[in-house]
Amino acid sequence: MIGFLRGVGNRSLDRVAGVGRATLVLTAALWKVPRLSDVPLIVKQIYNVGVLSLVIVVLSAFCIGAVLALQFHTQLGKFGAQDAVGVGLALVLLRELGPVVTALLFAGRAGSAITAEIGLMKTTEQLSSMEMMGVDPLHRIVAPRLWAGFVSLPLLTAIFNVVAIYGGMIVAVEWMGGDQGRFWSGIQAEVDIWDDIGKGVVKSIAFAVVVTWIAVFQGYDTEPTPEGIGLATTRTVVVSSVMVLAIDFLLTLSMYGDFK
Amino acid sequence: MDDPNLVEIKDLHFRRGARVVFDGLSLTVPRGKITAIMGPSGSGKTTLLRIIGGQIKPDAGEIRVAGRDVGGLGRAELFELREDIGMLFQSSALFTDLTAFENVAFPLREHTDLPEDSIRDLVLMKLNAVGLRGARDLLPSQLSGGMARRVALARAIALDPQLLMYDEPFTGQDPIAMGVLLSLIKKLNGALNATSLLVSHDIHETASIADKIYIVADGKVVGEGHPDVLHDHPSSRIRQFVAGRPDGPVPFHYPADEFVYDVLGSGR
Repeated sequence: MIGFLRGVGNRSLDRVAGVGRATLVLTAALWKVPRLSDVPLIVKQIYNVGVLSLVIVVLSAFCIGAVLALQFHTQLGKFGAQDAVGVGLALVLLRELGPVVTALLFAGRAGSAITAEIGLMKTTEQLSSMEMMGVDPLHRIVAPRLWAGFVSLPLLTAIFNVVAIYGGMIVAVEWMGGDQGRFWSGIQAEVDIWDDIGKGVVKSIAFAVVVTWIAVFQGYDTEPTPEGIGLATTRTVVVSSVMVLAIDFLLTLSMYGDFK
Repeated sequence: MDDPNLVEIKDLHFRRGARVVFDGLSLTVPRGKITAIMGPSGSGKTTLLRIIGGQIKPDAGEIRVAGRDVGGLGRAELFELREDIGMLFQSSALFTDLTAFENVAFPLREHTDLPEDSIRDLVLMKLNAVGLRGARDLLPSQLSGGMARRVALARAIALDPQLLMYDEPFTGQDPIAMGVLLSLIKKLNGALNATSLLVSHDIHETASIADKIYIVADGKVVGEGHPDVLHDHPSSRIRQFVAGRPDGPVPFHYPADEFVYDVLGSGR
């Protein structure tokens, strides 16, 4: 019993210490405002985490938009409300699915890559040697990836939403024979710039910070062994996925709070 | 700046978890000389280099590099101090996404505002010093272990540091690469007017170039002196290490029960 309690205590202490170290890494990395000479480094990372994630984001968005439209069309069709497919699709995507699914894809595609890359640099002493050359890896390696993640994920989310709505439109209109005019005019009438689009953007920024932070920290904090990198990469995907879903719930609750 | 010692370590204490790594270690690295720290694997030699570079904070003790107290420096001052230190890592630690040329250029680009053609000249000079000017466009994955270490050496000397630290430079090198490294370390120390601190357990190679050897065991300096003196050192333990005898004061066997008990399965 004592042993069990001690185990729980130790694990909790480890977690708290981990959060503390992660906060130190984040503040140290973001303390210095990027200089003009850092821009090429950030652009390169935006390519790595953003542009290279485009294929998976676009493909997933198209498929998700298409299945949503199919389901909406069938269910709403029972009430003769096929014209509401566009609105339903847009609201679900802009408010919830767009930010969340893109963040999950981002964690799997870009987050794991960031963790593995930084972890491997640590394991092969590249970070140490950089420090010994008087170059701070927090500024040179960690900070550009953080900024790139912060910029990329909201943009990817926007692309996801556009492609998903377009995919849904193709199913609802071209395939199921819905009315294209009503599809778009419904969206135009019902979607609010702040309530639907703005709050979705807020969510995607929050997810961007959380996922990139976790990915960078897991890499930087890796135990420098092959197993360590594997574990850290897994943790990045698992922890950031859970965090994204949990934070989404909290944000939905606080931003669209008047559920009855 | 006229202090005869570039590095001074006084009464260093450091523990990792429950294991005591350093227990009152003191040593000095005289300017302009090649000093070697030797000791069995796991005696914390690499840790010592990291403590000198300020990457690890010791539990107690004073470390002075070029008159500055490493423990008392802030983060920015520490990074400034490190520009004066070149370190060759055991794994070479080249940046795997950059060519040999860009690896050597890295510290120059980070710390100087030199125009591109000056950087090019400097990098080619450093690569030429290690004999790899022709390999400048190769990626680290295309270099042999010995070549990678020489590129790393060229990178370590890019900023003409006062102090050069070598972490196990001979480990895993073939005899020719070893000979090349030995002559480079000796040559560079003179040419750069630098001070070298070498950590190694390759006794013969180290003895052939070092001016002074410290032998570290159990977290302390157990012997010091010119390589020739150590062969006739009064301590049998040091003689065992220098001669490389498998058994002696440092036992061959990890502490265990009598073999016969283990074999008969009647361990106590």
